[in-house]
Amino acid sequence: MSATAIALDVRPASMNYLGRIFVKEVRYEFVRMLRTRAFSLSVIGFPIMFYLLFGSSNRHSEFARYLMVSYSCMGVVSACLFGIGMGISLERAQGWLELKLASPMPRLAYLCAKIVSSAAFAVIILFVLVILACTVGGTHVTIFEILRLTAIVLAGSLPFAAMGLLVAVLVPANSAPGIINLIYLPMSFASGFWMPVSYLPHWLQRIAPALPTYHLAQIALNVIGAAQPGNMAAHWQALAGYTLVLFGAAWIVFTRQEAES
Amino acid sequence: MATSAALSEVTKCPLVNQPLVNRAIATLHSVTKRYENVPALDNFSFQLRAGEVVALLGPNGAGKTTAVRLLLGLIAPTAGSVRVMGRDPRDSETRTRIGAMLQVARVPEVLRVCELIDLFRSYYPQPMDSREVTRIARLEGLEDRMFAKLSGGQKQRTLFGLAICGNPDLIILDEPTTGMDIESRRALWDEVRELAAAGKTVLLTTHYLEEADTLATRVVVINHGKTVCEGTPSEIRGSISGRRIRCITQLDPAFLFTLPTVTDVKRDREALVVTAEAAEDVVREMLLRDRTLSGLEISSPALEDAFVALTSQA
Repeated sequence: MSATAIALDVRPASMNYLGRIFVKEVRYEFVRMLRTRAFSLSVIGFPIMFYLLFGSSNRHSEFARYLMVSYSCMGVVSACLFGIGMGISLERAQGWLELKLASPMPRLAYLCAKIVSSAAFAVIILFVLVILACTVGGTHVTIFEILRLTAIVLAGSLPFAAMGLLVAVLVPANSAPGIINLIYLPMSFASGFWMPVSYLPHWLQRIAPALPTYHLAQIALNVIGAAQPGNMAAHWQALAGYTLVLFGAAWIVFTRQEAES
Repeated sequence: MATSAALSEVTKCPLVNQPLVNRAIATLHSVTKRYENVPALDNFSFQLRAGEVVALLGPNGAGKTTAVRLLLGLIAPTAGSVRVMGRDPRDSETRTRIGAMLQVARVPEVLRVCELIDLFRSYYPQPMDSREVTRIARLEGLEDRMFAKLSGGQKQRTLFGLAICGNPDLIILDEPTTGMDIESRRALWDEVRELAAAGKTVLLTTHYLEEADTLATRVVVINHGKTVCEGTPSEIRGSISGRRIRCITQLDPAFLFTLPTVTDVKRDREALVVTAEAAEDVVREMLLRDRTLSGLEISSPALEDAFVALTSQA
């Protein structure tokens, strides 16, 4: 009797304890990203700048809507790759991650905080772009479209979080920014973030379906009816596959490095 | 063999019925750790008992940090066993009772001191009151300062504060005063003494002889992954012979070698550095013979010199 009472007592307490760690970890990670101006200003600033350049010159056209969506996808990729890839690789190099690993912090809380904060940035970028599209873009977006895009941005953060994690475990901190740009810029271009894929050279069009960014863009563009004809379920499956493979690869590399250390 | 060990344990410690007295809090049992076949620790055994302040003393690359990382469960031994509070150090329950200060180059610089403390307190089920943390780590008035805006000493004190956030029984400090000025170093020593007075077990690594001397109840000197010697600070000092006399003098080094107990004479820029056990006698003689002698300093040997002495004896 007393044993069950104790067991019942302990469980909510430890759930509270774990819950508190997750909440604090996410909160301070988000604050950290926000206050790291090199990150927050560039990740939010670039889509704004590009939209002001190219969105406003295509006022009232379908392309103003297209860019709102495609730049949101770019926001997902940059927030996750720079936020997680560079964030973790820097914290590893500086010894901060090791101090945290020596503490009782659950590893999942650390990873979770990085993913949630990066996804939050992706959503902020989406909202900023929606506001820009409705003002300088001269178009309109329905609440339902915004909700669907928010859900896509959140779910789409997962495969790129996994990619960021893989970069973080593979690439040393000082070369991480270069490597991330090398992955991110060509991938964005080839996946139709700058202009529809059908305008790209033929050989690029053939490469595009191999890129996770292409599938994310197609799912998001489908919301405003600008996707290429095709099956949306296949795009979701591709993203899920990428998520699993990239997380798996990061996990294998990390555990192998840990065993060698 | 096992029974004789048990017997000697009994004879050494009459209070066997009180297991809390001299209870081993952390043990490395014949641990070998190799990095690509280079041993960082070589069949190294070490025990930390409740309430002790132990200094692990050694030059860079001696294996101090490897020992610390093993005790924190950050790495696994190649051979041998590691036990902390009777458990695997990777056990999350064990970790809630340990606080660590590692050689961290940078912590997130845009977080405030109070935020870092708040974050680390959340990791522990029974954390120390945050005001208590700032008091012991002497961070009062700095709570709202961003980490980037702190001085070197204040940064180290913040890391020290993070180590005590969980009100741990065992505190591991890896070279806590490296890069600190004398004043902050003294302040940190006081903080460690306060922890020891509160009954905490403290393990610190250092390459400063003075630091081990002033803080530790027991010193373990290691080099090349092995214990060189072990004992109370005065026992260790006794085994390291000679003090250093540094001065600007016109006396001939060859002559100085003939003075009693002089073991070494070196030129260091414009000055001479004489190592001698009976430093007072040597200095008296030198002052008598050279009225122009200036810039006199007498110090205990640097650890590197101590190691030469210790390892050449073995």
